[in-house]
Amino acid sequence: MPESPTPAAAVQVIDVVRDYPRPRTSLLRPAPVVHALRGVSLEVKQGERFGIVGESGCGKSTLLRLIAALDRPTSGQILVEGNEITDLPERRLRFLRENLQLVFQDPMSSLDPRMRVRDIIAEPLVVQGHPASRERVLELLDAVGLSSDAGDRYPHQFSGGQRQRISIARALAPRPRILIADEPVSALDVSVRAQVLNLISDLVDELNLTLIFVSHDLSVVKHVCDRVAVMNAGQIVETGPTGDVYAAPQHPYTQRLVSAIPTLERALSGATTADLLAKGETA
Amino acid sequence: MTPDVLTVQGLNVSVRDTQLVSDVDLTVGPGERVGLIGESGSGKSLTALSILGLLPDDVVPSGSVRLTGIDHDLIGADERALSRIRGRDLAMVFQEPMTALNPTMRIGDQIAESMLIHHTQPTRTAARAAAADLLDRVQLPADLLRAYPHQLSGGQRQRIVLAIALANDPALLICDEPTTALDVTVQALVLDLIVQGVLARSSALLFITHDLAVVATVCERVLVMYGGRVVESGPVHEVFTNPRHRYTQGLLAASNLEAAAPASGRTNLQAGTASRPRLTTIPGTVPAAGHFPSGCVFRNRCTHATDLCATTPAWSGTPTTGYACHHPAGASHA
Repeated sequence: MPESPTPAAAVQVIDVVRDYPRPRTSLLRPAPVVHALRGVSLEVKQGERFGIVGESGCGKSTLLRLIAALDRPTSGQILVEGNEITDLPERRLRFLRENLQLVFQDPMSSLDPRMRVRDIIAEPLVVQGHPASRERVLELLDAVGLSSDAGDRYPHQFSGGQRQRISIARALAPRPRILIADEPVSALDVSVRAQVLNLISDLVDELNLTLIFVSHDLSVVKHVCDRVAVMNAGQIVETGPTGDVYAAPQHPYTQRLVSAIPTLERALSGATTADLLAKGETA
Repeated sequence: MTPDVLTVQGLNVSVRDTQLVSDVDLTVGPGERVGLIGESGSGKSLTALSILGLLPDDVVPSGSVRLTGIDHDLIGADERALSRIRGRDLAMVFQEPMTALNPTMRIGDQIAESMLIHHTQPTRTAARAAAADLLDRVQLPADLLRAYPHQLSGGQRQRIVLAIALANDPALLICDEPTTALDVTVQALVLDLIVQGVLARSSALLFITHDLAVVATVCERVLVMYGGRVVESGPVHEVFTNPRHRYTQGLLAASNLEAAAPASGRTNLQAGTASRPRLTTIPGTVPAAGHFPSGCVFRNRCTHATDLCATTPAWSGTPTTGYACHHPAGASHA
C-alpha cells in the first residue's frame, strides 16, 4: 500500500538510522557510537497533521533535522513529496527549502537579534531569490495577528508568544506546503500557548499545509494532530490516531507516558502524585 | 488552632517607582501544601524571593513575613540572621537545577555542606552518612555521591537540589517551577518525591508554577496571582471547579485541552476534515511590569470589565478563601 505513487506522501521515512560517533576514549578501541535513530519508518500523508511525541534524548529532533535535510542519515531513505533527499547535494535541495519550513522551540534564539522583524520575515524570500515585497511581509504579519508597525521593531521588543508568531510568519513566507513545528509552545505560558496553538491550527487549515508537530506533551499533540508517533530510545514504539493512542495506549512506554501527564480532571477527582507513577512501576 | 508556618501580610515589592507586587497576604499552615499560580510576570517568583530575602539590591520589599519559630520579621532582617534561617527552617528548590548546584563540588559534599553549615550533623562523617541516606530517599544510587553535577541529567540534578533542600527538615519548603524543565515521566517522579518528602517531615510546602494540572495534583490550597496581586484563593477543588475571578476562569479555559476537544468523537475518526474545536484564550498579553491598569489589574483583558473596574476591587470572602473582582463568575458557569 505505501507503494502507491499517487498522491505521493508528503514525507516518507524508510528505515532510517543515524549514529553519532562520540570522542574516542581509548587509542586502542574504536570510538563509541550513539545510536540516535535505530530504524525509524513513518509516512505523513498530504494535508495530514502528524505528531511526534517523546522525551528528551529519544531522537525526535534528530529525526526532524533529517527530514529537513539539515543532517544526513547513516542509512535509510527519506522522501519528501516523492523526491528522495537523502543523497542530494545542498544546491539541489532548493525545492525542499521552499516547500518545507520549520518553527523552532526557543523563539529568542531562533530570531536574529540584530535584524528588524520585516527583514527576518523576508529573509527566506530573499535567500530563495524571490522579490521580498513589502506587501507580502504585511500580509504575513496580518496572518499571524501582529500589527503592521511590528515590522519596524526588533525581536527583543516582543514577548515570547509574539516572537513565536514572528517565527511562524517567517516559516510561511515562501508559501511552504509542509510546516514542521519543533516544540513551538513548550516555552510559553498557558494562555499564550492556547493563542499560538489556535494560530497554527487555523493557518494549517487555511493554507492546506501538512503539519509535523513535535512535542513532549502528548496532551498538546492530541489537541493539534490527527495521527501520532510515540518515540522512545531512537525507535517509534507506537503509531496511531491521536485519540486512540491517548485513550488506549498499547505499548508499555506509551502507557507510562500517558499516565504521567497530570490533568485537571484526574487531579480534581482525587489523583495524587503517586498515581502519576502508578503505571510506571508495573511497566 | 496551631499557628501558621508562614504568614505574609501586606507584602509590597517595588523597584524604584514601579510597584511589582502589591499587598500580598498569604498563610501556609503546618504540613499544608499551597500552590501559587499565574503567568510569567505576575509576581510569583518575586513573592518567593522576598520570603527568602534573596531579592536583588535595587528591588525593595515591604510588609511583614513571619516564619514559625523565628522571633523576628524576615523582611528587613540582616543577612547574618537570614543565612541562619535559609537552608535550615526555610529551603527552596529552584527552576534551573543546572544553575542551583555548584559545578566544582562533588554531589555528596554539596548535600553534606548544608548540614555542616547549620550544625545539624556534628561531624563531617555523620553529614556524609546523612547525605547518602538523603540520596537514597530521592531514589538515586549511592555512587553518585562522588559525581559532579555535569555528569547528571536534569531530573537527577533536580532530585539532588531537593535532597539538599530537605536535608535539615525545613519548616517550609518553597518550590519555584521545579519541574518546568523536565519531561513528563521525570516530572511525575520529582513531584512524587517532593510530596513524599514534605509529608515525611510534616513540612509545609509553597509550590509555584504556571501549570494548573500540576498544582491540582500536588496542592490542597491555591492562590492565583496576576499583575502582582492575589486575585483569587481557596481550596484547589473549589477554585478549579467554580472559579470566581475572571482571570482564573480564563486560565482554566486556556489550559484545558481536554474540554476543547469535545466528546463528539468525530475529529478522531475523520482525519483533518472536521472543523476543529478552538482553545479558549484570554485576549491580549500580560502587560510589562508597571504597565498594568489602575484599579482591577485584569480589566484591560477582561471581557466583563465595566467603568466600575477602574476602582480596585475589594477582597470578598475570608482571608484564605475569596476573590477580588467586581463582576465575579457565578455558579451558572458550566
